[in-house]
Amino acid sequence: MALTRREFIKFTGLGLAASSLGMLGFGESGVAQAAAVRPFKLAHATETRNTCTYCSVACGILIYSMGDRAKNALSNIIHIEGDPDHPVNRGTLCPKGSALLDIVHAPTRLKAPRYRKPGGTEFEEVSWDFALDRIARLMKDDRDKNFIAKNADGTTVNRWISTGMLAASASSSETSFLTWKVMRSLGAVVFDNQARV
Amino acid sequence: MTNTWQDIKNANVVIVMGGNAAEAHPCGFKWVIEAKIENGAKLVVVDPRFTRTASVADYYAPIRPGTDIAFLSGVIRYLLENDKIQHEYVRSYTNASLIVKDGFGFEDGLFTGYNEETRSYDKTTWDYDIGEDGFARIDDTWQDPRCVINLLKKHVSRYTPEMVSRITGTPQDKFLHVCELIASTSAPDKAMTSLFALGWTQHSVGAQNIRNMAMVQLLLGNIGVAGGGMNALRGHSNIQGLTDVGLLSNQMPGYMNLPSDKETNFDVYMSTRGFKPLRPNQISYYQNTRKLFVSFMKALYGDAATQENNWAFDWLPKLDIPLYDIIKAFEMMNAGQMTGYICQGFNPLQAFPDRGKIRRGLSKLKFLVTMDPLDTETSRFWQDFGPQNPADSAKIQTEVFQLPVTCFAEENGSLVNSARWLQWHWKAAEGPGIARSDIWIMSGIFHRLRELYRKEGGAFPDPLLNVTWKYTDPLSPDPEELAKEMNGRALADLTDATTGAVTTAGTLLDGVAQLRDDGTSAAGCWSFAGCFTEKRNQMARRDATDPREQGIAPNWAWAWPANRRILYNRASADPAGKPWNPAKPIIAWNGTRWAGIDVPDYTPTLDPAKGASPFIMNDEGLGRLFARKLMAEGPFPEHYEPMESPVENVLHPKVKNNPAARVFADDRANFGNPKNFPYVATTYRLTEHFHFWTKHALINAILQPEEFVEVGEVLAKEKGIEQGGWVKVSSKRGEVVCKAYVTKRIKPLMVDGKHTHVIGVPLHWGFTGQARKGYGANTLTPSVGDANTQTPEFKAFLVNIEKTSAPVPA
Amino acid sequence: MSDLQSQDYVRRSASTMTPPKARSYEDQVAKLIDVSRCIGCKACQSACMEWNNLRQEVGHFEGSYQNPNDLSPDVWTLMRFAEYENEHGNLEWLIRKDGCMHCEDPGCLKACPSPGAIVQYANGIVDFISDKCIGCGYCVKGCPFDIPRISKTDHKSYKCTLCSDRVSVGLEPACVKACPTGAIMFGAKSDMKDWAQERIVDLKSRGFENAGLYDPQAVGGTHVMYVLHHADKPSLYSGLPDKPQISPVVEAWKGIIKPLAVAGVVLAALSGFFHWITAGPNEVTEEDEAEGERVLDEAEKTP
Repeated sequence: MALTRREFIKFTGLGLAASSLGMLGFGESGVAQAAAVRPFKLAHATETRNTCTYCSVACGILIYSMGDRAKNALSNIIHIEGDPDHPVNRGTLCPKGSALLDIVHAPTRLKAPRYRKPGGTEFEEVSWDFALDRIARLMKDDRDKNFIAKNADGTTVNRWISTGMLAASASSSETSFLTWKVMRSLGAVVFDNQARV
Repeated sequence: MTNTWQDIKNANVVIVMGGNAAEAHPCGFKWVIEAKIENGAKLVVVDPRFTRTASVADYYAPIRPGTDIAFLSGVIRYLLENDKIQHEYVRSYTNASLIVKDGFGFEDGLFTGYNEETRSYDKTTWDYDIGEDGFARIDDTWQDPRCVINLLKKHVSRYTPEMVSRITGTPQDKFLHVCELIASTSAPDKAMTSLFALGWTQHSVGAQNIRNMAMVQLLLGNIGVAGGGMNALRGHSNIQGLTDVGLLSNQMPGYMNLPSDKETNFDVYMSTRGFKPLRPNQISYYQNTRKLFVSFMKALYGDAATQENNWAFDWLPKLDIPLYDIIKAFEMMNAGQMTGYICQGFNPLQAFPDRGKIRRGLSKLKFLVTMDPLDTETSRFWQDFGPQNPADSAKIQTEVFQLPVTCFAEENGSLVNSARWLQWHWKAAEGPGIARSDIWIMSGIFHRLRELYRKEGGAFPDPLLNVTWKYTDPLSPDPEELAKEMNGRALADLTDATTGAVTTAGTLLDGVAQLRDDGTSAAGCWSFAGCFTEKRNQMARRDATDPREQGIAPNWAWAWPANRRILYNRASADPAGKPWNPAKPIIAWNGTRWAGIDVPDYTPTLDPAKGASPFIMNDEGLGRLFARKLMAEGPFPEHYEPMESPVENVLHPKVKNNPAARVFADDRANFGNPKNFPYVATTYRLTEHFHFWTKHALINAILQPEEFVEVGEVLAKEKGIEQGGWVKVSSKRGEVVCKAYVTKRIKPLMVDGKHTHVIGVPLHWGFTGQARKGYGANTLTPSVGDANTQTPEFKAFLVNIEKTSAPVPA
Repeated sequence: MSDLQSQDYVRRSASTMTPPKARSYEDQVAKLIDVSRCIGCKACQSACMEWNNLRQEVGHFEGSYQNPNDLSPDVWTLMRFAEYENEHGNLEWLIRKDGCMHCEDPGCLKACPSPGAIVQYANGIVDFISDKCIGCGYCVKGCPFDIPRISKTDHKSYKCTLCSDRVSVGLEPACVKACPTGAIMFGAKSDMKDWAQERIVDLKSRGFENAGLYDPQAVGGTHVMYVLHHADKPSLYSGLPDKPQISPVVEAWKGIIKPLAVAGVVLAALSGFFHWITAGPNEVTEEDEAEGERVLDEAEKTP
């Protein structure tokens, strides 16, 4: 053991002091041992199977929520980890998937509809009825004004190009099918999703 | 992906080019590591930067952004020169032997038929020579100089190793070593898998990049086999699903196209969709198009779609231009031609090219609706956030609705992954506050509009009034109801012609084979038929059993089409039906039928002696080395420089860029030249973040907190840029002030005798969320897209970089 | 909060305890970090923060992908990135997951003066017991790998627990489960060593002649081991010690000073000790040096 005098001296105080603590009755065996291992936090949490919302590897995930779905308990998601049964990810998750909890509970999650008036400098909270009534009115007014039923050659074309939509590539196929039905029955062709970006 | 994620483990060579699998798809990338460990595979990475994928590669070669076609055409030349192709596969399964029409040619960078004014081609000559029998002419001996293989040989002859290196900047020895590794998989029992993503799509020649590698794979016999394939690693969790369901300007569910103005009626529309086989005995699956189309219209309009009204064909919108894509939409917005825009889970202000143009466009709208779980930049484009979003709120008259939406954890439904698996997921909790699902919101808008049209009348309301809406709760349809609608039902008792089995009216279909063209079946998305049958929701299956552990797991969830896991799997066996690789067979002919671990991509009882080829979706049944008329800029890929490029096109100086790319005048005026913007920039994501979402997640913000660009040591020294110091990166369109990461991982490339520097621009930052405020890479990117898909050219453009001082906090 | 039964402790700081003889058949666990499979994605960091409810404040970009830029009371594991040009002029990006090595002979535990603040379980995990921690920082000095960090807010020392809460219910640690490429494996230490040998054979076949296992014997071996492509030069991996060893003074404290202290009882030292906690170690003065020499001389005379 290479022990220089200087190193020895530096630590002399350490040794003396710590031993002294022991002498003073802080650490003898028999003293009740307090907490060691942190309690396992998922013991009775409810487990729900889901798919990671990010990329198209589509890792299986297990969402753990507080409460057992009893009527009086409001489920709150407390932890998310990989589904070990899933044939692709086999329980693993990437740095985004491992942090899904923080996107579910992001402070910037939106909680109520908001509206910004023309020229306004702030959002104001509005009711769903206000928002959807107004959106429907704006869409209809524009469609009625700009809908192209026939082109110059007299061909029926039934298209609406003055209002467009970008559909969400993280929404379910069921959502997307319903969205398709709504937008195409209006004649919308300015229509796209994240396939390109 | 043609194959599954797990199937990657069966590869002998994994090439990651046009993507960065380890960073963008870490959990899928595990199967690359598995291939290395369990199968002794070699991992090859070709990328402008030494990425985290490169950090575990066996071989890395650098390349200048936007020159992949030169590289890959050089690879094809190498394979042909050195006779490293899988001959039997190429002769039997590709169109190498077919003869191309007289008159087709290529000269000085242009194929025959170019019209400079319209920047498009008359593609008449881009096709096979069709004989009197109606079939494409063929020369199995490859003597005819007009055989596809001979035309290809001639086309790639210019891509010598010297030329490849001169264009791409890849040192010749490195290029040749990559060629050697690739060529090793031409043996029938060896396979290479190609893993790619937006590194190939986001170019003005994006689709041709991918075609080029597909051609390499066909020459090597690597399509349809275990450990092979063209594997597009898709981005968003359901980007595959949205593409399948057709949420694109010109698409209907199941890859059917909306009619164009020229298709004035249903008969004209169908006349180009007959898909008569171009070789004897071929399957040419799309001969079934009428069944798929009619069944879709029955799902969409129910009883209102009748034989008499041509299944309501006229109710479909018809397109006057190929696409109203995102670049076109914002061009129209800037020209004041658009009133409203709805962004569902989409953040165009950060995600689209040339942010300045996006902001100006949004400012001209009358209304903007955002539907998102998060507080996106787009929903706040009108608010001043300093240099990252300079806006004069008072002058912007756009009404903005910011609608709160539930997220994945708060709903049931299915997502389609990269490998085409439809997987069901379950709700774990309620959304925050009064956030609602997209289904609830879209239904709410739909009902209000329908009521308004009922009350007030208005422009052609028939489709809106007649679209099927038979849900238990019309204001909030159950995802299971929608899934069943896509799967499809029998509308009358359907009797199977061969087995005599009857599917009773009203029951869910078992598969696409039950579809009819007489209005007796309905299917919202034919390629999903079989995903939700009377037996159960097949997408919710959770049996992970995997025969021979070959990476198929046929009973986990459900894959389109027909629960097939490996596309073109007929090609995994030789013409007689014997697997090329006896150690990893997928299907084989057992004398009476095709059997194996996957659903055959073929008629299960079709004797191989009958001579039907494996590529059943093509009229000639063959893999296409020559693309016929399907691509905008040519049937063979050709190297064109990116729209912004530091050098001339050394192959044909007169035709520098993609001659068929659509460029709007204002966007062209916003292209920079190498004199002012001498460095090549490329944008990409980092593994710690997902687009512009995870900056809202605290953990991810901690892991990668602040905007930066990556600069090579040589350039940094030249420009006096310090490690972690502040820089200003500018393009013709805007500037970003952020920190610099000075790295050994980007080296100057010797391009046509000149040092070319590449600057890496990660894209994740913005002005909302938990991470530090930033501009976002698209402040710099050019607004121009691929000639076929209009995918923006994010991966190769020009910038300048200067050292600067830390910004003064406001 | 419950304790593990005391029989599961094999070591306990500043305590005289005899390792239990009962339950001696417990397998020792180990985490094996195969650097050659690591893609530096930080899933381990993310999973660690999520599972252990740790969130450091958002930092800055500091010229590397390494974020946060160091271990901290809220950062128990960290990917360290090193760009290295090898002798052939080829670039290697050496990425190493840093964190507690769970030494078989833990320097932190040896140095710790607070009874029961650091324990080692029979399975090999070295755990910090927060309510007994007095924040003195001796564990920091005692650690050959520079791992523990003292919190400025609660003055307690923190580091990786090897997810003892998960392991105690039969699960693997959070980082192990998350790791996308299997660069982090977990199991019985003997199995991990066998697996490491297979990996080393593969790496040698790919041209890494010096591939090897990092399981330093100077600390009795570790319960977190590395497979390195350059096992001959561990320090290439962002300063992984080539020859880690517990500071000789800590060894001395166990070997010589403790009996001295028990015999001597110097209450005055206690005040010096607490000064050291709050103000950090002083430079050694001449007086200290003289005193030290005297003590050492006496110690040498002691039979």
